[in-house]
Amino acid sequence: MLSLYRKIFTTGVLTEKFAKNKLGPQQTARELGLDELGEKLKSTVDKRFAGSLHIRQVDAGSCNGCELEIHALNNVYYDIERFGVHFVASPRHADVLLVTGPVSRNMEAALRRTYEATANPKWVIAVGDCGACGGEFGVSYASCGAVANVIPVDAVIPGCPPPPLELMRGILNLFSA
Amino acid sequence: MNDQNELDREVQEQFDPARRFLLELADRGVEAQAISPSPLPPAQLLEIVEPTDWGKAAAVAQSQAWRWVAGWAEDGQALLSVSVCLELQGIYMVLRTRTDTRQPCLPSHAPYFFAANRPERHMRDLFGIEFTDHPDPRRWTRHQAWDSETAPLRKSFPREGLPPEQTPPDMNYPFFRAEGHGVYEIPVGPVHAGIIEPGHFRFHAVGETLLHLEERLGYVHKGVEKIAEGRTPESLARLAGRVSGDTTVGHAFAACLAMERAANLEAPPRAAFIRGILAERERIANHLWDMAAICNDVGFGFAYYQLGRLREVWLRDNQAMFGHRLLMDRIIPGGVSVDVANGAGERMRASSKVLRLELDDLLTIIDANSSLEDRIVTTGYLTLEDAQTLGALGFVGRASGQVFDVRHDAPYSPYDQVEVKVPLEEQGDVASRFWVRYKEMRVALKLIESLLDKMPDGDIAAPWITPQPDAEGLGLVEGWRGEILCFVRFGENGCISRYYPRDPSIVNWPALEKIALGNIVPDFPVCNKSVNGSYSGNDL
Repeated sequence: MLSLYRKIFTTGVLTEKFAKNKLGPQQTARELGLDELGEKLKSTVDKRFAGSLHIRQVDAGSCNGCELEIHALNNVYYDIERFGVHFVASPRHADVLLVTGPVSRNMEAALRRTYEATANPKWVIAVGDCGACGGEFGVSYASCGAVANVIPVDAVIPGCPPPPLELMRGILNLFSA
Repeated sequence: MNDQNELDREVQEQFDPARRFLLELADRGVEAQAISPSPLPPAQLLEIVEPTDWGKAAAVAQSQAWRWVAGWAEDGQALLSVSVCLELQGIYMVLRTRTDTRQPCLPSHAPYFFAANRPERHMRDLFGIEFTDHPDPRRWTRHQAWDSETAPLRKSFPREGLPPEQTPPDMNYPFFRAEGHGVYEIPVGPVHAGIIEPGHFRFHAVGETLLHLEERLGYVHKGVEKIAEGRTPESLARLAGRVSGDTTVGHAFAACLAMERAANLEAPPRAAFIRGILAERERIANHLWDMAAICNDVGFGFAYYQLGRLREVWLRDNQAMFGHRLLMDRIIPGGVSVDVANGAGERMRASSKVLRLELDDLLTIIDANSSLEDRIVTTGYLTLEDAQTLGALGFVGRASGQVFDVRHDAPYSPYDQVEVKVPLEEQGDVASRFWVRYKEMRVALKLIESLLDKMPDGDIAAPWITPQPDAEGLGLVEGWRGEILCFVRFGENGCISRYYPRDPSIVNWPALEKIALGNIVPDFPVCNKSVNGSYSGNDL
C-alpha cells in the first residue's frame, strides 16, 4: 500500500496548463489559450448551469476513433472536469449531446430518441469528420451521413479523429462565443 | 514400389494438411479442384464443384480439426460464389463454391463450426443466400434499414439504396426468452452509459447471477463492404483504417497486404519493418488502455489514471514521430507514408525503456492489491475447450491457453525476420486476460527494439502496379485483438470490386456470451472490457 502512495507522490500533478502549450498550426480565429477559454466557460457554466455542464456522448455509428480521443479528455493531462464539464450516463442528465457519426441507419431511431430524452435547453455537437459531413462513409443504404441529417446540430468539431485539444476547444467555443 | 507410394502418401498426408483434406474429400465422393498456382497466397484455393457438397466439406474440415477463419460471398453476376478460409497448424486454405444467383442456397457450415454462425447470417442478410440446416435462422446484420427481400451487396443494388424517410427502430427481434420463478430480464443498449460503441445486451438473471446473455449487434453497420466497391487502392487503405478506429494499423496493414498480393507487388523491406513497428505501437497503446479500463471497471482508480497516463505519453510520441496519434493512414498500398526519421529510433528506444520501467513499478503495485485480485481472479471464465470450440482469437484465446499468433505461426514480413514469442496464460479468467496483455506488451517492446536494430535502408514505398482485372488477394496479419483476415478483388481500371475485412471481434464476441455466464451482473462490464470486442469491426 505504501508503494502505491509513493507512486502517486512521485508521479506528481501532470495536468497541463494549456495556455503555455503550442496549439498547432491553424489556430487563427481561436487564438485564445485554453485556460482563458476555460475561465470563460467556467464563468458561463457557473452562471447558466449552476457550476457544471453535463455531456452525454453518443456513438451513432463511429469507427471508435473519436471515442478514444473523447476518453482522453478525462486523463490526467487534459482533465476536462476542472472546467466543470462532466460526462454523464444518461441523456436525461445532459445539457449537451456529443455525437459521433456517421449516423448509421441502424442507430438512427436510437439517436432521435436520445435527442428527445434530453431535457431542454440542449445543444448538440457533431464530432469528427464523419459526424460533421459523413467523412469516409458518406450517405448510403446503411448510413445517413452527417449528424445534422438526423437531428439539429449547434456546432461541429472536425478531424479524423479530432485530438483532445481540438475537442476541448470545440466544446469550450460553443459557449464562449 | 506400391509400398513406397503408400509410404510417400502417408508422409505427405502427415506433413501437408491441405493434401490430407483433399484425400479425405475424395474418399467421401466430394469433387474438389485444387487451383494451382493458388491465386490467394499464402492460402491454397480449393474449389468445391457441387454446391450441395459444401456441408460435407465442413464436416471433413471439422473432423481434421481445421479452424473456421472467415467466410465471405461475391456477386459474380451469373453465379454467386462463397468462400471460406480455414486454418490448421499455420496453414491456410480457402474453399470456394458457386451457387445460382436467383435462388442461392447452400448447406450451412454452422452445425460444424460455431464461428460460421454469425458470418453466414451476415451473408444471408446482405446477399440473400439461404444456408440450409443453419441452427439460428434469425436475421443478424439486418435491422430495419432494408427488408428481407433486399440484398445490398448484390451488384445490381444501388449504393445509396432505397432507405425509408426515417429508419424505424428494430422492435421485434425474436430474443431468446428465459422463464421461471424469479427470472428477470435486463435489456441494455444500444446507447450505453459510458463513452463506448453501441450494441444491445439482453441479460437473464436470477438475483444477481447471470443465467444467460444474448448479444444483438449490427447497430453500427455502415456498409463498409458496399462503399469499398469502386475505390482506388489508396482510398481503400483509408477506409480499411476506419473499419475499427482502434485497429487502424491492423486493418490497413491487412488490406494493403491483400492488395499488394493481388498486384504481385512486395513492399520494400524498410516499409515492412516500419509497418511492424506501427503495429506493435498500436498493440501497446490499446493494451495500456484496456488494462486501465479493466481496473476502472472494478473501481481501482489509481491504476486507471496511471496506465491512462502512460497511454497518453505513448500517443504523443506517435504524433511526434509519425504525425498521427492513432497512426491513421500511415500504411499505404506499396509501403508506408512516413519514415522513421533520424533520431526517432533513439527516441523510441528511450521511451520503450521508460515504459518498461514504469510498468515494472506499476504492475508490482497492482499485483499486490488484494481488492483488485478479489474482483478479477476467477471472474469470467473461458475454458480452453470453449476457446477452441469458438475459435477464440488473440489474447482471448491465449489467456485460455490456446496458442495461435499469425506472427508466429504463419509469419509475414517483417515478422519472418525477428523472433516472436507468444506469451500464454492458462486460467481463462479476467485476470488472465489482464496479465496476458501485459506480457504481450513486453514482447511488443522487445519487437520494436529488434525491428529498429535490424531496420534495412532503402525506400519506404514501391510504385503501385495496377493489378489485372479480377485479380484477388488475401491479407492475414495479427492485429492487437488477434488474427485479421482481409479479402480483396480488383475489377476494371484497377479499382476495388470486393472488400471483406474479418476483424477478430467477429469471432470473439460469442466468447463474451460464454464468459458472462454465472457471474454477477455488476461484473459484466469488467468481463466485457476483458474481451473488448470492436462493435464497428463486427458490424461493418
